[in-house]
Amino acid sequence: MSNGIENESEVAAGHAHGDHPAFLAHHFHDAPQQKSAVKFGMWLFLVQEILFFAGLFMAYFAFRALYPETWLAAHELLDKRMGAFNTVVLLTSSLTMALAVRACQLDDIKGCVRYLWITIGCAFGFMIVKYFEYSHKFHVGTLPGKFYTYEGIEGGAPELFFSVYFMMTGVHGLHVVIGIGIMLWMIMGPLRRGKVSSQYYALVENVGLYWHLVDLIWIFLFPLLYLVR
Amino acid sequence: MSSTTGDLAAGHHGHDHGSYLTAKRGLMSWLFTLDHKRIGMMYLGSILTFFLVGGLLALAFRVELATAEPDLFTGSTYNRLFTLHGAIMVFLVLVPSIPASLGNFLLPLMLGAKDVAFPRLNLLSFHIYMLGAAFLVFTLLAGGVETGWTFYTPYSSTTDSAVVSALMGAFILGFSSILTGINFIVTIHKMRAPGLTWLRLPLFVWASYATSLIQVLATPVIAITLFLLVFERTMGIGIFDPALGGDPVLFQHFFWFYSHPVVYVMILPAFGVISETVSIHSRKHIFGYTAIAASSVAIAAIGFLVWGHHMFVSGQSELAGTIFSLITFGVAVPTAIKVFSWVATMYKGSIELNTVMLYTLSFLFIFAIGGLTGLFLATLAVDVHMHDTYFVVAHFHYVMMGGTLMGFIAGIHHWWPKMTGRMFPELPAKIGALLVFVGFNLTFFTQFVAGSRGMPRRYHEYAPEFETWQFLSTVGSFVLAAGLFLTLFYLLWSMKGGAKAPKNPWEAKTLEWETESPPIEHNFAGQVICRTGPYDFDEIDTSRA
Repeated sequence: MSNGIENESEVAAGHAHGDHPAFLAHHFHDAPQQKSAVKFGMWLFLVQEILFFAGLFMAYFAFRALYPETWLAAHELLDKRMGAFNTVVLLTSSLTMALAVRACQLDDIKGCVRYLWITIGCAFGFMIVKYFEYSHKFHVGTLPGKFYTYEGIEGGAPELFFSVYFMMTGVHGLHVVIGIGIMLWMIMGPLRRGKVSSQYYALVENVGLYWHLVDLIWIFLFPLLYLVR
Repeated sequence: MSSTTGDLAAGHHGHDHGSYLTAKRGLMSWLFTLDHKRIGMMYLGSILTFFLVGGLLALAFRVELATAEPDLFTGSTYNRLFTLHGAIMVFLVLVPSIPASLGNFLLPLMLGAKDVAFPRLNLLSFHIYMLGAAFLVFTLLAGGVETGWTFYTPYSSTTDSAVVSALMGAFILGFSSILTGINFIVTIHKMRAPGLTWLRLPLFVWASYATSLIQVLATPVIAITLFLLVFERTMGIGIFDPALGGDPVLFQHFFWFYSHPVVYVMILPAFGVISETVSIHSRKHIFGYTAIAASSVAIAAIGFLVWGHHMFVSGQSELAGTIFSLITFGVAVPTAIKVFSWVATMYKGSIELNTVMLYTLSFLFIFAIGGLTGLFLATLAVDVHMHDTYFVVAHFHYVMMGGTLMGFIAGIHHWWPKMTGRMFPELPAKIGALLVFVGFNLTFFTQFVAGSRGMPRRYHEYAPEFETWQFLSTVGSFVLAAGLFLTLFYLLWSMKGGAKAPKNPWEAKTLEWETESPPIEHNFAGQVICRTGPYDFDEIDTSRA
């Protein structure tokens, strides 16, 4: 027994060179291999995203355990209504993102673009609300670390709550902004140039996976920061 | 042997199948290539360049350490030298060393694939590596850092040296590592040739797989840690600052949650290389294939649960220390399984004492010492005495330099014919291997002795009783450097002057040897079909255990 290299045109009766669809990169055998590789890669990327946030969550829990009274008192300064509104906005955007993927499956590229625009709109809405929240904190001085000037929280190290708040929501907000950029690129690039069809829409699916993760992280941030008990 | 290959490849030569080295020309065809082999070679060149830089820094402070008095440098300069030595060696050399260079080059070839799953991502990770390296080089030029490569707070958040650019460098390099890890995992899952089942994968691939898992799971944590530390320094957010209610020990937890697993990112690929070389150059089927493969993954998994052994004296709870100590002993089990399997592979094999085998044997000898002294340090009571002494310095150099770099050099020699299409000259290579082995042990064994007698690490001025050991260590470092320079020279020479390499000079059975030396641009002339295990050598087929 020995290994061998067989002439491609003999082996690959199933996919002679002429049959290669345009989206298939040269180093993949066939479309299913490419699709599953692209999606698997995205899932691994999401895993590393979760671990990236895990450091922030650990810092949150460590300091919450150290300063429970501060955490309880400081969270009252966050605006629950704005947080809840943003939660609804992001959940809605996840729905429209899922509908965008479904539109691709139905070969409705125009529909996909329309749903992506709505998702981008929600993302902007989220950031605008975040802007009002942040500017209020700049106004009253509930700022991270050495910039903290607010008086009126009982308990040790109130500035740490706002360090953690700003780092967590800031890094999350950065992900929202990156998401907006990726969606714009999808609309201007692959979707406009006809690279996406019901045959191959792994790119849109991957953007969707990313967006759902951004949403999911907020689902954890909202109760941890705004609804401390 | 693989006679089928020859016929078919010959029949296929009607197309223009030049070697990957000459397929395209010009600097840009390298810097923006999507070919995993070229990316691997660029990584190899960059990593070896930084190895030279890090090594020269080490030689500089070894000269200082030859005598007990400070003669060359001030304390601050000395601190900058060892910090940059550590940071460059860890972030620019050891972490990417084998995976990014040999791994990139070999993984698709070993899998019978045309490329990694995501060639563009692969190129991006190389560009990110160069960007991160630029930050570290900038740090060097901007006066350096003196925090030690561990960047412990609160010193790192208060000193006025170039900490931010060093942190940014390490932060950026982390993404290069993550992207390589993701790419390799997907490649191993999805790009295997027909017939190449999981249990036919070369053990180098298994080791790369375990390495990639750690890269993907651990690196993001150091990324967020360094990110927070940058904000700590620039904005004073106070998360690691006790003055603002923060916790410097939290930084140590975060730091070692990455930095302990990452030592397995450094050593596991070397295990993979040794698994290949020990079998091929003993002409014997590897002993305990499944055990070696599984132990790589086991080491990766257990490696996530032992970070606290870096913090026995940091004030963590005694219970935590005890548990971390016990789990750390647990790492020794899969590691010992590997070492015993390699020795058993050589037993009754027909060992060829060529350069590759000399480095393999050096690895086994040195790694055994490095691994066993790790158990000393995992023992709570002993560690309280040994921590922050030269004993620790010697231990991690035995594992990281003696382990990873011996494996790396063994691998470079083993695959040199494949990568460059040229053989290296045996005689100077053997002399180089001897110098490296003697120099290495002289440099670092003396440090075990000095450390166990109480020589603390990170001092440029020390008690005269340690002078003999320190002087011997400095002599050793120059012998080591001579061996490495000799190696560099004959390898560079062989790229033009070496004998042309045949397709399969070691008569190995893994798939990378089925293609030309150096490989053609698309790796194989056609579809690779795998029909044998990676170590089923013809002459021993009947006698395999």
